[in-house]
Amino acid sequence: MLKFITKRLLMGALILVLAMFLVYLLIYNLPTSYIEKTARELASKPGSRPYTEWLEVLNSQYGLSDNPVTGFLTWCSNAVRGNFGDSWLWTIPVTEKFKEVIWNSFWLGLAAFLLEAAIAIPLGVLAATKQYSATDYTITVLSLIGISMPTFFVATVFKMIFAVHLGWFDPYGMENARIHATLPPFGQFMDTLAHFVLPCMTLVAIGIGSLMRYTRTNTLEVLNADYIRTARAKGLPEKKVIGYHAFRNTLIPIVTILGNSLPGLFSGALITETLFSIRGIGYISYYSMIQGDIPFTMFYLAFSSILTILGTLLADILYAVVDPRVRVN
Amino acid sequence: MAGNVKDTNYISAREASKIARFNRKVTAKLEAQHANKNTPESYYLTKMHDENNVVEFDNVCTYFFTDIGTSKAVDGISFNVPKCSTVGIVGESGCGKSVTSLSLMQLLQRPSGQVVGGEIRFNMGDGKAYDVVKTPTEQMQHIRGKHISMIFQEPMTSLNPVFRIGQQIEEVLELHYPEMTKEQMKARTLEMLELVGIANSEGVYSMYPHELSGGMRQRAMIAIALACSPDLIIADEPTTALDVTIQAQILDLLRELKDKINSSIMLITHDLGVVAQMADYVVVMYAGRVVEKGTSDDIFHHPMHPYTVGLMKSKPVVGQKVDKLYNIRGSVPNPIDMPDYCYFRDRCESVCDRCHGEYPPEIKVSDTHIVSCYRFFDEGEVLGYPRSVNPEDLLND
Repeated sequence: MLKFITKRLLMGALILVLAMFLVYLLIYNLPTSYIEKTARELASKPGSRPYTEWLEVLNSQYGLSDNPVTGFLTWCSNAVRGNFGDSWLWTIPVTEKFKEVIWNSFWLGLAAFLLEAAIAIPLGVLAATKQYSATDYTITVLSLIGISMPTFFVATVFKMIFAVHLGWFDPYGMENARIHATLPPFGQFMDTLAHFVLPCMTLVAIGIGSLMRYTRTNTLEVLNADYIRTARAKGLPEKKVIGYHAFRNTLIPIVTILGNSLPGLFSGALITETLFSIRGIGYISYYSMIQGDIPFTMFYLAFSSILTILGTLLADILYAVVDPRVRVN
Repeated sequence: MAGNVKDTNYISAREASKIARFNRKVTAKLEAQHANKNTPESYYLTKMHDENNVVEFDNVCTYFFTDIGTSKAVDGISFNVPKCSTVGIVGESGCGKSVTSLSLMQLLQRPSGQVVGGEIRFNMGDGKAYDVVKTPTEQMQHIRGKHISMIFQEPMTSLNPVFRIGQQIEEVLELHYPEMTKEQMKARTLEMLELVGIANSEGVYSMYPHELSGGMRQRAMIAIALACSPDLIIADEPTTALDVTIQAQILDLLRELKDKINSSIMLITHDLGVVAQMADYVVVMYAGRVVEKGTSDDIFHHPMHPYTVGLMKSKPVVGQKVDKLYNIRGSVPNPIDMPDYCYFRDRCESVCDRCHGEYPPEIKVSDTHIVSCYRFFDEGEVLGYPRSVNPEDLLND
């Protein structure tokens, strides 16, 4: 097992380096350039140096005058030492900005993930056990709606219902700017929590469908298996046949999906966070990207790549936990 | 002429929705009967016609309500399984052998598969007998595994891949003997594993199914089936998926065990050789009906029904050189649209005048030998005709 994990980690490192090089190339060639923009701004000041001169000064200041290969190598050598540089846009070290916002994303993602699993898996199993019944059709239609709707639409509908018509929540932001500062600590916490409800609902609504359908399909497959008939032939009550014999087997593929999405909790929900102005990692990196903030974007994408690689590894390990047939000796 | 033949596999949308509506109504009604927890015992209590039988099938009809119509998979079959004996059920694929056994276990693919008529009397051993057809599912769970157990065709897929062998055997003990302690259960499990010829019982106890070979897995399945010392073991093609040497071992094992444990075996197979070796009584099925039944001597040495005769002829014999193996011409009628005359008539080589009438009755030609063929109409006592159920009537009563 240790050998397997080491091998996978080494392969992951190689993949990571290649992926980051591609990302660097892409950002390098992005039409939006933070440098050009700043140079233009500085040049437009009265009595300033001309634009081209500023451009040269800034390029050398930010270490961008080289070609992309040497630029990437410089970034790499700094990155492995844990030095990701300062963010151009936020003007503080990249890692500091990251620490500031990551937990907002994490708690939002975790709440949505747990709710999703808690709702989707039981409903999926229920739909499968009552195949072709009214319950099954209702669940299937709801999950299809969830899959088909784009995030921005769901978010807007929720805002309209819960923020505009019912007035239960604020449509965006992380706190109520007018009263937040005056509240006691617990009140502040509750205020922030209330602002997380709508984004969380949006994430659940769009994520739940696929997991539900996946669970349903897998449960159906398992329910038709011979060992389920054996379990019934033993005289086990139906509840135990489904909840114990079938569910343990349904879990195998579901765990792969869940394992893959666990690291995703840290990578933020770019669209949802932006729509609700939640200052999480997705929201911040969105603004970094459109402003051409190379250090922050590189850091964020490197971070997500590492998460993806760890995610697949985690899924493989979890697979061995639930399925004795794939345990490596 | 070909244009006049009704193609039962093609139906119009209107017909399809009519069938679907009908199926929904019928199955909902039958399912409600199964699910009723307050059914009084008197409703499904019955009396054995002969106390020496473990099971009596009496005109059992099992239909599948499919999207293209009602398929009469088993249609009025009657036979008995006497105590401590082996009954072989033979017939070609799709003739209703497995459906018969699944009806007895109430393990049909529900809701589309339903026993719609007849009685399956199961001897509970304490003077009581249950009519399995009417027994509610909850009561049935106490019978399955404890009084009747089943060995399946596919040992590769019949064991749950994520649980250890020991755990899977103990589960059935835990369920039916809740008073047993953990140590007693483990001791019984190890004893069972040794009984079915697994030498390394301690090792196998904590193994997963994928660590065992096909033959070993089938032995483990047999151990599960035997754990509660059932009155009846249904072996549904237990050796079909195994190679020939293992087949022989498993059959020897079953025969040996039968003497040790005092239970009856219902052996379902399409392998005549296996039946000849194992069975005391043989039931030959064709297109959902019993065409001939008797002792294995009756069936193998004095086959009477043209179908049985054809089966015997189409079996290769060692030492006999033939250019082409015999085969019965034609094919089985469509189970959704059965003819109203003898199902075998169109393939039969010895049709007589009476064959153009209704389906032949059961004719008792000797004390043990019963055949459903008009050619013996005058030679024996006529016992009775198999009675179909009209699906439309199910909604009325």
